[in-house]
Amino acid sequence: MGLLSKILHTGIVTEPLPAGDSEVVHLVREVDAEARRLFGRALGIREVDAGSCNGCEVEITGLMSPVYDSERFGFHFVASPRHADLLLVTGPVTRNMEVPLRKTYEATPAPKLVVAVGDCARSCGVFAGSYAVVGSVDRVVPVDVFVDGCPPEPAHILQGILTALRSGRP
Amino acid sequence: MSPWLLAPMQGAVALMLAPGLVGAIRWMKARLQSREGSPPWQPYLELRKLFAKEVVVSSNASWLFRAAPFIVFGSAVTVTLLVPLLAVPLPLGGAGDLLVVVYLLLLGTFFLALAGLDPGSPFGGMGASREMTVAALAEPTMALAIFALAWGVGSTNLGQIASRTLSTPSEALAPGHVLAFAAIFLVTLAETGRLPVDNPSTHLELTMIHEAMILEYSGRYLALIEWAAALKLLVFFSLLGNLFAPWGVASVITPGALLWAAVTLALKLLALGGVIALVETHIAKLRLFRVPELLSASFILALLAVTASFLLR
Amino acid sequence: MRALFFLMVTGYATGAAVALGLGTGPLARWASGLAAVVGAAAGLGLAAGVCMAGTGFSLAAPDLLASAGGLAFRLDGLGAVFLALTSLVAAPSALYGVGYSRALDGRPAQRQAGFMLNLFMLSMSLVPLADGTLTFLLFWEGMSLASYFLVMTEADRPEVSEAGQWYLGMTQLGFACLLGAFLLLPAGGPTTFVHLRAAAAVLPTGTRDLVFVLAVIGFGAKAGLIPLHVWLPRAHPAAPSHVSALMSGAMIKMGVYGLLRIGLDVLGGGPAWWGALVIGLGALSAVLGVLYALTEDDLKRLLAYSSVENVGVIALGVGAAFLFQSLQMLPAAAFALAAALFHAVNHAAFKGLLFMGAGAVLHATGTRNMNRLGGLIRGMPWTAALFLLGSVAIAGLPPLNGFVSEWLLFQALLPGIGASSPLVAVLMVLALGMLALTAGLAAACFVKAFGITFLAIPRSPEAAAAHETAWSMRTGMTMLAGACLFLSAASFAILPRLSAVAAPLVGLPAPGPVLRAGLTLQTPDGLAQMSPGIVAASLGLVVLVAWVAVKRFASRRPLRVGETWGCGRVVQTPRMEYTSTAFAEPLRRIFAEFYRPTEDVSIDFHPDSRYFVQSISYRSAILPWFERYLYAPVIARIRLWSERVLTLQSGSVHAYLAYLVAALVLLLGWLVVTGQR
Repeated sequence: MGLLSKILHTGIVTEPLPAGDSEVVHLVREVDAEARRLFGRALGIREVDAGSCNGCEVEITGLMSPVYDSERFGFHFVASPRHADLLLVTGPVTRNMEVPLRKTYEATPAPKLVVAVGDCARSCGVFAGSYAVVGSVDRVVPVDVFVDGCPPEPAHILQGILTALRSGRP
Repeated sequence: MSPWLLAPMQGAVALMLAPGLVGAIRWMKARLQSREGSPPWQPYLELRKLFAKEVVVSSNASWLFRAAPFIVFGSAVTVTLLVPLLAVPLPLGGAGDLLVVVYLLLLGTFFLALAGLDPGSPFGGMGASREMTVAALAEPTMALAIFALAWGVGSTNLGQIASRTLSTPSEALAPGHVLAFAAIFLVTLAETGRLPVDNPSTHLELTMIHEAMILEYSGRYLALIEWAAALKLLVFFSLLGNLFAPWGVASVITPGALLWAAVTLALKLLALGGVIALVETHIAKLRLFRVPELLSASFILALLAVTASFLLR
Repeated sequence: MRALFFLMVTGYATGAAVALGLGTGPLARWASGLAAVVGAAAGLGLAAGVCMAGTGFSLAAPDLLASAGGLAFRLDGLGAVFLALTSLVAAPSALYGVGYSRALDGRPAQRQAGFMLNLFMLSMSLVPLADGTLTFLLFWEGMSLASYFLVMTEADRPEVSEAGQWYLGMTQLGFACLLGAFLLLPAGGPTTFVHLRAAAAVLPTGTRDLVFVLAVIGFGAKAGLIPLHVWLPRAHPAAPSHVSALMSGAMIKMGVYGLLRIGLDVLGGGPAWWGALVIGLGALSAVLGVLYALTEDDLKRLLAYSSVENVGVIALGVGAAFLFQSLQMLPAAAFALAAALFHAVNHAAFKGLLFMGAGAVLHATGTRNMNRLGGLIRGMPWTAALFLLGSVAIAGLPPLNGFVSEWLLFQALLPGIGASSPLVAVLMVLALGMLALTAGLAAACFVKAFGITFLAIPRSPEAAAAHETAWSMRTGMTMLAGACLFLSAASFAILPRLSAVAAPLVGLPAPGPVLRAGLTLQTPDGLAQMSPGIVAASLGLVVLVAWVAVKRFASRRPLRVGETWGCGRVVQTPRMEYTSTAFAEPLRRIFAEFYRPTEDVSIDFHPDSRYFVQSISYRSAILPWFERYLYAPVIARIRLWSERVLTLQSGSVHAYLAYLVAALVLLLGWLVVTGQR
């Protein structure tokens, strides 16, 4: 029973989420009240990698870890955009991923939110000006919240999602 | 109180408890993973949200895609009317016995598999193929375990099986019973899509069985199917609980007895849920082609159960 | 009763005559079809009269074929069940055939098809009515030959003539065994079943066992029990679909009828090994049949193997009846027999429906290969819905009739676990396990059959262009679908009749064990009950309440139609769907020891570089155990001997004259020798 004793020894390691940082999290458009009410306690998140270097993905994986634990807010990651309420988009949108990103957005049932994670998602980051990128995620799908960082911390990503849900209200 | 009210009451209790059961298992797993996790009532919130969402349907899908969630949900609820959740004897006990329960659940699986094939997605086809394989291989085990139970009573009638154990408590520890319990426990893991057969929270399509068939569903249809899956879990747990350890099940239909029955049912469900949570934390998912090995093991257990019942009658 | 008998015979005979005489146009088609429907209805009425009202029917015709002993007809309970089953499938098949054979209009084959169809249905209806060796064997052979000609309707295709060869060979093998069995029975005198029964009672045990074994081989070949099933997956797909429906629905049940008639009625049952043999063959047929069906891509071959599976299931019940009777567990024996009879009737209904559906698909798209079908639910909605009903029924899912007979069989086999002999108990447990496995695999098989054929996107242009079938074909299918629903809903009324039929055969007085309590079915000891009606009503009520509640309380947003989610891929083609081969692949791997699949991949590379692939061809096959290890050696051996005997046919007139002289000398010599003594 080594595993069980280790579990008991470790205990709960989830850290409380620090307060929001408006330097890093930018609310672009106000989310309507119905969606806010609907998703306040149960949110399905679909992660879309639109050509990122996977640095943001590693941080998003951290969201599901015991330390950051996105599930305590009622968030869970889903396997299909049809099950999703919020799209978590990373990466400068590459030309090859433009259509899939749009199709993912269309496959998601209304009401839906989009949170773009990372500098690349906002302004293509280090890939700005490349022939292979289309531009900011906002050019392909309507974004509600940008989270800056290269990569952003998991805490900031969580704050970004919560900002989308509460539309800036605490 | 009229015994005919019992059936819809059982259905209502099952509908109310099922998402809570799933949530409780998720909560226990989260705690075992050293994190806070979502509260045990999270699935209720998710269902409420899903009913309010838009429904998107594939252009390749036919009327069967929209009808299947209702058939899956309907068969799961009908099963809850037939199992001894709260009391024995059941008013619908003359309509369906343990075999009817098993095959009604197979009816739901049949239509879910068809709904997986309907949109023409390869994931759905893969999920349908795998789900029918696992269901087909779990059938002989389930049948033999049922007959091991039925043998002592002389009938596959659920109320009678439960009553028999109530009246002779020493039956509960009979080798035939214990082996049948183990066999049905393994079948429960297979049929309800828990580890090590299927990971309920996986995102990798190639590792999915149940989830793959429902990737196309959204909104209210998804809610119905998730609820039906929770009901299936509850039905299997209540069979494990109330057939093998039926203490607490009401034999008279009075409000007090029924309340006590509901409480003991909830306790049994939580206990079994805890076992599942521990099992899922400790083991990894089996490769699909090793699942028949697991099901063969449970078949051997069921065969031993029948032999034990027969030898020790 | 007599009037109905003559109406039946006249109906079919008129149909045959009209098909021959009225030319090859729609008039002949319709007239022969409708005459057959009338005949079938009369047959059903006759059977119902005997079964429901309990009145017997007998008719002696000693003037027909008087030199051979004359014909005799008698209809008792057992015969009535099989006559009813035949008529149940015959009427819809005849109607269906009217629309289906429109393609043969203006060709001479139309005449033959109509004539042989009516002859087939007539002979098949007269087999359960036959009383006595001559009558039985005459109409048995008539049934086989008529169906052979029907199978060969499209003889220009090579697989059809090969199928015909296999079919003819197996029926004649069966007939030879039956001839042997019947000839071993009587000790001179009239050969009606009454006399045969009396004669069999005084036969020595060895002869009785031999008669039984010959009967199992002969009737098993007709029924399609393993290992005598090899003609089924060849003949059923080759025949026109309404003929396949008749063959699968009714003709193979005649094998079961014959086994019951000879084994239980004439011989009066036997030692326990008889039942064990039939159970063993039945369990083997059930599991192997469905395993073969799972890997089939040809829709009609899949249905043919599924018939093998269902015959195995019926044989399980029949074998259990034999076994329980030998162990003096008579109520259990009657129950098992009643369950087997009910399954036979149910199978006739839903297999007929499924074959007709497959025929409609073939008619509309020109192909039976499921890997080239798909999306037919849009072009052929009626056919799809009816095929779905048939699939749910054959998969044994509540609340339809397939589940009812399966439930009954499970309950019927259950008492066997408590038999005094441990060998019997083990056999029963294994039989139960295999029955359950069969049920699960059958469900998987029909998810594949319906899902790949009718759902998703069409995999070929022919499938995309499919249109709904003629109304006569649809009416035939609807009749059988209605029969499925009726058999499930009215099961509580039908079972007591079957129990009354089964009881005298196992030695109990009629009306036999009570199988009904109000609207529910129950086992003879009254401990287990089931009501398909209440289950159906509960299911319907729950679905209705759920639908209303969801409509009321769920979101008001309108439904949006979008693309299938494919991880954002740009385009979806039919090649991205699951195929029938792919669907069965997990099971193929799991049962690889049985299937022994061989795979052959050949890759064509670009001439300039090995890194560019031009084409890949993949071929996969499963091992045909019986054809390779049982039939091929036997056929090779027979060929060897035939070639040796062939040397006698030297072609020289002198040799033949020498043979004649030698034979004459031998014969005269023998007469002299025996005359001297």
